[in-house]
Amino acid sequence: MKFITALALTILLGFALGLYGQLPWWSYAISSLVVAITIHQKPGKAFLAGFLGMFLLWSVLAFMKDNANEHLLATKVAQILPLGGSYWVLILLTGVLGGLVSGLAALTGSFVRQSK
Amino acid sequence: MRIVPLMVAAVCTVGLVSVLNMQLPVGKSKTPRLGYFLSPQQGFWQNAEPTDAGFNADVKIGSLKDKVDVYMDDRLVPHIYAQNDLDAYKVQGYLHAKFRLWQMEFQTHVAAGRLSEIVGEDRIATDRFFRRLGMVTAAEKTLAGMDQSPEVKAAIEAYAEGVNSYINTLKPEDIPFEYKLLDYKPEAWTPLKTYLFLMFMSYDLTARGVRTDLQMTNARNYFGFEDFDQLYPNVQDSLDPIIPKGTLYAPPSIKPIAPVSADSLYLGKGPSTITDKTPVVPNKNNGSNNWAVAGSKTKSGRPILANDPHLGLNLPSLWYEVQITTPTHSTYGASFPGSPAVIIGFNDSIAWGVTNAGRDVIDFYDMRFKDSTLEEYWYNGSWKKADVKTETIQVKGGATITDRVAYTEFGPVMYDASYKSNGSTEGKYLAVRWTAHDGGYGLSTFYDLNRAKNYDDYINAIHKWSCPGQNFAFISKTGDIAIKQQGAFIARWNRQGDFIMPGTDSSYRWQGVIPYAENPMIKNPARGFVSSANQMSTDHTYPYYLGAASNFPLYRGIIINRKLAAMNQITPEDMQQMQADNYNVFAEMARPVLLKYLNEQSMTAPEKKYLAMLRDWNLRNDIGETGATVFRVAWDSLETQIWGDEFAKAGDKPLPWPDESTLLETLLRDSVYYFADNANTSDKTETISDCVQAAWAKACAFLDKRETDGKLLEWGVFKDTRVSHLLKIDPLSRLHLPIGGGTHIINATTDNHGPSWRMIVHMTDEIEAYGVYPGGQNGNPGSKYYDNFIDSWAAGKYYRLLFLKQEAAAKHEKMTWHLTFNNR
Repeated sequence: MKFITALALTILLGFALGLYGQLPWWSYAISSLVVAITIHQKPGKAFLAGFLGMFLLWSVLAFMKDNANEHLLATKVAQILPLGGSYWVLILLTGVLGGLVSGLAALTGSFVRQSK
Repeated sequence: MRIVPLMVAAVCTVGLVSVLNMQLPVGKSKTPRLGYFLSPQQGFWQNAEPTDAGFNADVKIGSLKDKVDVYMDDRLVPHIYAQNDLDAYKVQGYLHAKFRLWQMEFQTHVAAGRLSEIVGEDRIATDRFFRRLGMVTAAEKTLAGMDQSPEVKAAIEAYAEGVNSYINTLKPEDIPFEYKLLDYKPEAWTPLKTYLFLMFMSYDLTARGVRTDLQMTNARNYFGFEDFDQLYPNVQDSLDPIIPKGTLYAPPSIKPIAPVSADSLYLGKGPSTITDKTPVVPNKNNGSNNWAVAGSKTKSGRPILANDPHLGLNLPSLWYEVQITTPTHSTYGASFPGSPAVIIGFNDSIAWGVTNAGRDVIDFYDMRFKDSTLEEYWYNGSWKKADVKTETIQVKGGATITDRVAYTEFGPVMYDASYKSNGSTEGKYLAVRWTAHDGGYGLSTFYDLNRAKNYDDYINAIHKWSCPGQNFAFISKTGDIAIKQQGAFIARWNRQGDFIMPGTDSSYRWQGVIPYAENPMIKNPARGFVSSANQMSTDHTYPYYLGAASNFPLYRGIIINRKLAAMNQITPEDMQQMQADNYNVFAEMARPVLLKYLNEQSMTAPEKKYLAMLRDWNLRNDIGETGATVFRVAWDSLETQIWGDEFAKAGDKPLPWPDESTLLETLLRDSVYYFADNANTSDKTETISDCVQAAWAKACAFLDKRETDGKLLEWGVFKDTRVSHLLKIDPLSRLHLPIGGGTHIINATTDNHGPSWRMIVHMTDEIEAYGVYPGGQNGNPGSKYYDNFIDSWAAGKYYRLLFLKQEAAAKHEKMTWHLTFNNR
């Protein structure tokens, strides 16, 4: 239950902070940290909740943008970066980077409180 | 709390965020800040425009006087209906910004020498080049002088307001893609930026002299004037000028007098050798076609005008289509993102089109300075104080570079001890004299053409044009056709300014601008058409020196005039086919010269095969023709064979490669040619026949290797046309386009250069107009409207241009979106 709550909060807060374009892109690292402090879990679980939350949020958002765009821009960016022109790889990379930052922040948060 | 794991985790988190928040170096370029760039809510994903996106909008611009309606057709061309002119320009500015903001700012950054601010230290040389050329100073001067045209000043200010009203409502996540890629932000738009953009066009169309004058000087010094004059002659036997041969000209009102020292000091073998390595030089092919046919030659009895300006092919395109309708006028055409009004187009009474005049309006003067402080220079027998301007270049990543530029009687000292690409400019101070530095009426010509009703309005409008000189073609509903070469052209003595001139006194100064009434022009000629294709505007009976013949390409003019003379009952479709025509008149003249010297008997099997391709070729540079490729390779090989030895011996002093017409005309004239002899062999004298055969063997070896490597010889594949993104990023460009044509051909499409806007206007009661450009209305690489015209353009297809009254537009089936602009 804790895991689901942490996951949901990570997604929700990450999304909400992302709505404000003036805030830095990494603002969700703070919310994921706070979630992990508030809803205390073992380090592994905290990391997973943090990672999965932002991985899902970013890859689903990217997928939706890409789908509506019929892969026009993602295909170009995936050649610039370079990822062989694959929009799928680009969507996954987006999710993984978002997830990693969030997961590490959550891991940090879980260490703030002593495990019982 | 577990301190150690906590610290480790925290450091990892901060470390990862920091790395993803940095631009990481990859080779010579840098990545975007990946965390930001990939963030779906802030980064590039936000620029992935849904393919079914709509463009309806209700926009507030506080300073509007009235409501403005914009109907956007299915190609994303806006049709602006405003109640007054300034409202219209505000909305034009808004729309340019909405669809082309990054490009507008980037182009003006280039002109202002501010590229290193956004790209980094790689571009410092480019920035110094533009600043030392006096681009910013000149733009400021034009801006300061705009009180002489208050309406245009107001239009440019209104336009800036419109641009800024878009920028001010732009959310951080909505800034264009390229800002995110390079990691910077848009700044406010100013009227100065419009003038900077116009300066960029002046540079692009008239500043080839910044290289050629130096190289011509090298060539004169190296060959001596006699040989020089053979290699770079000022006579073109095949010339078919803009103004028909035999036209009578009034005596000149200015008779420029060459200084007494000119023969020895200037034309003679001078002591100086300049080595130049200018970082950026306008493309030699920058030119264009325009023509107009009178009602006597058309099926409808009404005139038709055609224009296709040849420029670098870029994405986002230089052009943006627009219709502007207010109570004072109604006009349609191609506009420049960065500037109000329509630049090439038509209104309900007239149509106009432009080609580059190509006249020399930029010169170098060799100055003597007291010392490297640049404070004083020698002029007319005494030390004169220079005006030293300090240029500050902010480089991305922190550094600030200052550059001192001395302004003299003639203009800015572009080359001095601090700005030289290698040792041999040591000790030289070269000042630039350029008509673009003289201010002028800026945009007034186009502002007035948008509103012109007849021939007199057209003449009055173009008489406000000074730089870059253009050939303005014109037709009117009342049946007039005309063309005039207009600009501030210098009354030169023969060869004045073709080389670097002495600058220690005023004897080599410009002696005056040719009065506009004496510029070449023709109205309603008996032959029923006017045309221009950057060739010399007149024959040698025109009383002023037009500048070195190498400024003027010869062959497109010949084929255009030949075709127009032969055509009757002309329709707009005929004009479309003509603009896309791939017939190679240069090859028509040059192929017999090659064939004459080739001996099939002594050839190898592959050589025979290529000979058959060349002989059987239909002289058209269509995409599937292999003969076109064989011809091009063989001709280039012949040029290398003939000039290569002399030029290799010239060492590190770059010389201008002689024009193709020079070699061809010499070969057509006689068969004994001094330059055919290989300068590297002393034991024998090579003839033209030897040269052609040696060149042919090399060309065939090249072609054979190409085929062995599995590459096709088809012209379209060989030429390999591309439309490049302004940042030269391939994935944002369109590569390998199936389009024929080339140099000397009406369809002047080379690998990265060609017809940047094709327009045909038929002056029927309801104007019938067609147009296409290689790009799309939306500058966003994430939009399907980014490059959606390119395939039509490559195929020689056109769009019917919708030029409608507001009531008709509101009901028209192709008007897909409706934007309203209000002040509240």
